[in-house]
Amino acid sequence: MKAFKKITSQFIPIPVENIDTDQIIPARFLKATTREGFGKNLFRDWRFYNDDEQQPKEEFILNDSSYSGEILVAGKNFGCGSSREHAAWALEDFGFRVVVSSFFADIFRNNALNNGVLPVQVTEEFLEKIFSLDKNDTLTIDLENQEIIIDKTGETEKFGISQYKKECLINGYDDIDYLLSLKQEIEEFELSRK
Amino acid sequence: MVKTIPDGPSVLYIDKHFIHEVTSPQAFKGLEKRGLKVFRPQQIVATADHNVPTINQHLPIQDFLSRNQVEQLIENCKNYGIELYGLGHPYQGIVHVIGPELGITQPGMTIVCGDSHTSTHGAFGTIAFGIGTSEVEMVFASQCLLQTKPKQMRINIEGELNRGVVSKDIILHIISKISASGATGYFVEYAGSAIRNLSMEARMTICNMSIEMGARGGLIAPDETTFDYIKGRLFAPKGEDFERKVKEWKELYTDGDALFDHELFIKAEEIEPMITYGTNPGLGIAINAMIPKMEMVEDEKERKTIVKALEYMGLQEGQKLVGMPVKHVFIGSCTNSRIEDLRAVAEVIKGKKKSDSVNVMIVPGSQQVARQVREEGLDKIFSEAGFEIRQPGCSACLGMNEDKIPAGEYCISTSNRNFEGRQGAGARTLLASPLTAAAAALTGVVTDIRAIIS
Repeated sequence: MKAFKKITSQFIPIPVENIDTDQIIPARFLKATTREGFGKNLFRDWRFYNDDEQQPKEEFILNDSSYSGEILVAGKNFGCGSSREHAAWALEDFGFRVVVSSFFADIFRNNALNNGVLPVQVTEEFLEKIFSLDKNDTLTIDLENQEIIIDKTGETEKFGISQYKKECLINGYDDIDYLLSLKQEIEEFELSRK
Repeated sequence: MVKTIPDGPSVLYIDKHFIHEVTSPQAFKGLEKRGLKVFRPQQIVATADHNVPTINQHLPIQDFLSRNQVEQLIENCKNYGIELYGLGHPYQGIVHVIGPELGITQPGMTIVCGDSHTSTHGAFGTIAFGIGTSEVEMVFASQCLLQTKPKQMRINIEGELNRGVVSKDIILHIISKISASGATGYFVEYAGSAIRNLSMEARMTICNMSIEMGARGGLIAPDETTFDYIKGRLFAPKGEDFERKVKEWKELYTDGDALFDHELFIKAEEIEPMITYGTNPGLGIAINAMIPKMEMVEDEKERKTIVKALEYMGLQEGQKLVGMPVKHVFIGSCTNSRIEDLRAVAEVIKGKKKSDSVNVMIVPGSQQVARQVREEGLDKIFSEAGFEIRQPGCSACLGMNEDKIPAGEYCISTSNRNFEGRQGAGARTLLASPLTAAAAALTGVVTDIRAIIS
């Protein structure tokens, strides 16, 4: 997993609430057996007419080359629905390191964190401020200090993350390393229940 | 709970881990890359359900990618010593149907699966929730997961259900009240007399859709109904073991003075047969009600969500759905494909024929359910009515396998999600109960079941 400390980047706003993981990556693309290459199908049916790459939906923001950046900003309840981790893989593969929303679905939040994509939960008011920014404005996400900053104005909000997960992200560790270190305790736990 | 990390998550031990072909291959690959073995293979049960055809299951799968995925599951299970109920096996079926029916799911267990509808198993008083593939790999490696304690919500439903109202209507009613994100961050306990009076199948339907309001898990305290259901099932404890277990299971209830972070009270009498009109399961109405007029929706963002949904669905504000033609009826999925669901459908349609204008697909949740359907002669009722009976699998619930609804067409579906494109790109899903689906099958239009049953 890539380590994450701090980034400053332009952002891509999708001011839609309840974006479910079926929209992020439709089920028909879940037939792969590796983690790579999902980015090209990110938001597939919002990006193209008739599933055809020759027919982009011009009005959809991912087809607008004047928008770019490693930060996706979306409406409330991002990542609801299916537990498919492919959604996090698709976002990561497309180039997103951060998703900002006022609310995340639980399973998506874990999946994102397990893939080095940082979910940053902000207040509705802060989210609205970001949506009202210009496309060339940038955001800074500082994991160490747990802050999201609108660079133009300096407006800042704190965001929550467990200290354990924060350490993992900053160092690029994943949970398996930690769980494996507990093997003896897990075996003792099993014995205690027999 | 093995241990708790200070200012961090707890290490939760997992009793049962269900896996399927779609969310496990990358986890096996990860394990391989690290040179690890599966830590407790005997606590894992595998099946193939999401990406399988529901006709000609005895033949090789036509689609190359799907075949490859199912073959990898077979290979992985063989290599790691995991029990697989794959295609052709008498226990194969939708993972959340087979776990309970085989007696694998038992009160008090912790159960996970790489599928958000794992909440289904909560109907037995288990801690059951869906996980991502990285977490599947963690459970493979250590039989544990790192979890933070969720907030707790109790939803109490007291009273008698109205005629024509079943458990699917209860859960669609709840979600329409609290929205598709109303229980995010929570585990939900369902309680009250209306819940206690439900069968296990009906309880599973409710817990199944907990995730559709954002709750990772939903559970119901086990009682005599639970114990009766489990007794005698294949992997259930037997004889004295069973009696001893029942004594333990009887201790699994919420203390009278327990405090919840949020509590909700609903009168069963207020619940009517439900149908959804939008593109998240929270956008539901009583079958005879109007789609809300936008002037009545106060929250601007909510209004935006509904406007977008109505545009996708080809529906109007203020419109009534009753009487609207539908082209497809899908009866199946981990929400409503159990024997009781299929019996209820059979009772409505017995001796009748489906409307000529509608395609009806009925997909038993498992081989065991399919066998029961045949033994009880329900298959004859279905085929005489003109229903197409398919073989077990997730089928048209998720637009992944061959079973899909064409773009722009309406489908009354007993499944759990009405997201854009969920049943196929451009497909328009109306979620409802098996009874409401059966009624639409007969008439070809959205129909109030109470107009059909006496």
